[in-house]
Amino acid sequence: MRPLPVPVARVLGLLARAPAEGVRQGRRFVAFLAGDPQADRAVPPTGFTASLTLLTSGAMAFLAVFALALALATGRLAERWGEELAESATLRLPPAEGDAAATQVAAALRVLDQTPGVGEARALTADENRALLEPWLGPDLPLEALPVPQLVAVTLDGEDFDAEGLRARLAAEVPGAVLDDHTAWRAPLVVAAGRMRALGWLSLLLIAGSTGAMITLAAQAALAANAQVIRVLRLVGARDITIARAFVRRFTLRAGWGAAAGTLAGMLAILLLPSADESSGGFLTGLGFQGAGWLAPLVIPVLAAGTAFAATRAAALRTLRTQS
Amino acid sequence: MIELDGVGYGYGGRTLFSDLSMALAPGSFHFLTGPSGAGKTTLLKLCYAELTATEGRVTLWGRDAAAMDRDAVALARRRIGVVHQDCQFLDHLPVSENILLPLTVAGRQDEGGQNLRELLAWVGLTAQAGRLPPELSGGERQRAALARAVITSPDVILADEPTGNIDWEMSQRLLTLLIELNRMGKAVLIATHDLNLIRAAKAHVAARVLRLRDGRLLQAGADL
Ligand SMILES: Nc1ncnc2c1ncn2[C@@H]1O[C@H](COP(=O)(O)OP(=O)(O)OP(=O)(O)O)[C@@H](O)[C@H]1O
Ligand SMILES: [Mg+2]
Repeated sequence: MRPLPVPVARVLGLLARAPAEGVRQGRRFVAFLAGDPQADRAVPPTGFTASLTLLTSGAMAFLAVFALALALATGRLAERWGEELAESATLRLPPAEGDAAATQVAAALRVLDQTPGVGEARALTADENRALLEPWLGPDLPLEALPVPQLVAVTLDGEDFDAEGLRARLAAEVPGAVLDDHTAWRAPLVVAAGRMRALGWLSLLLIAGSTGAMITLAAQAALAANAQVIRVLRLVGARDITIARAFVRRFTLRAGWGAAAGTLAGMLAILLLPSADESSGGFLTGLGFQGAGWLAPLVIPVLAAGTAFAATRAAALRTLRTQS
Repeated sequence: MIELDGVGYGYGGRTLFSDLSMALAPGSFHFLTGPSGAGKTTLLKLCYAELTATEGRVTLWGRDAAAMDRDAVALARRRIGVVHQDCQFLDHLPVSENILLPLTVAGRQDEGGQNLRELLAWVGLTAQAGRLPPELSGGERQRAALARAVITSPDVILADEPTGNIDWEMSQRLLTLLIELNRMGKAVLIATHDLNLIRAAKAHVAARVLRLRDGRLLQAGADL
């Protein structure tokens, strides 16, 4: 199983850390969410901001699922491409017949064997060659009748591999041999995949930020609409924190449920993406979750609720401090 | 418990009253009278820290009201039951829950049950308990406001025109309730224009009558 990407692992780790303290805080939070129905009723239902919060946090969570999928998938891609890049190269020998071919392969393998940083070198068999060409030229290929280059798969296992040095030796000893260490065409892909991953995480941050801003606005609207209610609660001795809690609980629950629905919808959409083998299908079809990665989006509703909690609490306490 | 020392209040360059002193001690019973606009409601607001005195000092249980933070004000208000002139209900909650509100915000809602039933019966609102405040008559609202003011059995009860819209018989029931609470040691202050109410109270308790007029607070004599 692939390890979880670092940020997700960190979030899950935070949740798991310090069980005693964590459990205590968790219980307090659950008690807070369960709330005191009677005290909550003191603040009238805020229909409009309620559905607005539910809807936006759902939409944001839906987007967040894709941003997360993008970040994870491009992360996987960058990692795999990077590894393959560092670990393999291909040597192409010009087409040759019979003994000449065998001599050529032997010479190439000898050179490779003496090159530092080369782990294993292996000439591809005719069957392997056929398999490589089949997607383009179809089955039943009379390979023997065609001037097909001989390929040698090279596994690299050291930092001290020197592609230029090897090319120079090959030029002298195996004329016509071409070394392809994949660097030229894959390096930009790896950079691009890395950049995409960063963009994915940035999108997640932006989504979290906008969710917080949106919920702050909704909370402020709800507080303003309930100025008279707040006044009455104050007159009968309600503390700011008690009043704030009624609002915070509502927005936290709404954002959490909205985000849960949005997350489910997003995960479903990804699940229903037409599937193809990731290695051949390439980038787009790989845009999904793998294995334990499917657990990662489940963090989104929790984060949404947490964001709503912090945003509403700050907005409520600030507004209550300035009101009357 | 509540002391006013040389207190004055002004707004927009105009002084409503000044150099006003009084003390609401445990077991005291006061009436506050004076012409409309003299500042009776304003004086009560100073007592529960809704307004801050512009001169002098208001002390709530030994603490300067002007220096109290918001939590301290909230806690002080839990010891003061107020009948507001304009009642101040939550219009989306039924009367019974409005009456229980001071207990609810204090986290004491489980103490409500028995008291609530008896109070509702005493102020004649048993049938109206499930209705919303806007559906009540003016007198019914005032009775509900009084019930809310005393539900926590607070140390001080401030009532602003509690009998303005109420018939004489019901006024006496409300007065009896306040006198009973006063006998339990609560301080009671009633702002009213109703001289009959004052006379009726004086038959049962040693009530002092304060008269707010022309920015001064006077001790009214037996003449009223
Ligand atoms: N912040 C303020 N801004 C403007 N006017 C104010 C303010 N506070 C009080 N007043 C004025 O002060 C006067 C006294 O008001 P208050 O409500 O205390 O009178 P009252 O004695 O309770 O009268 P009533 O018997 O009619 O209830 C009124 O004229 C009112 O308009
Ligand atoms: Mg008044």
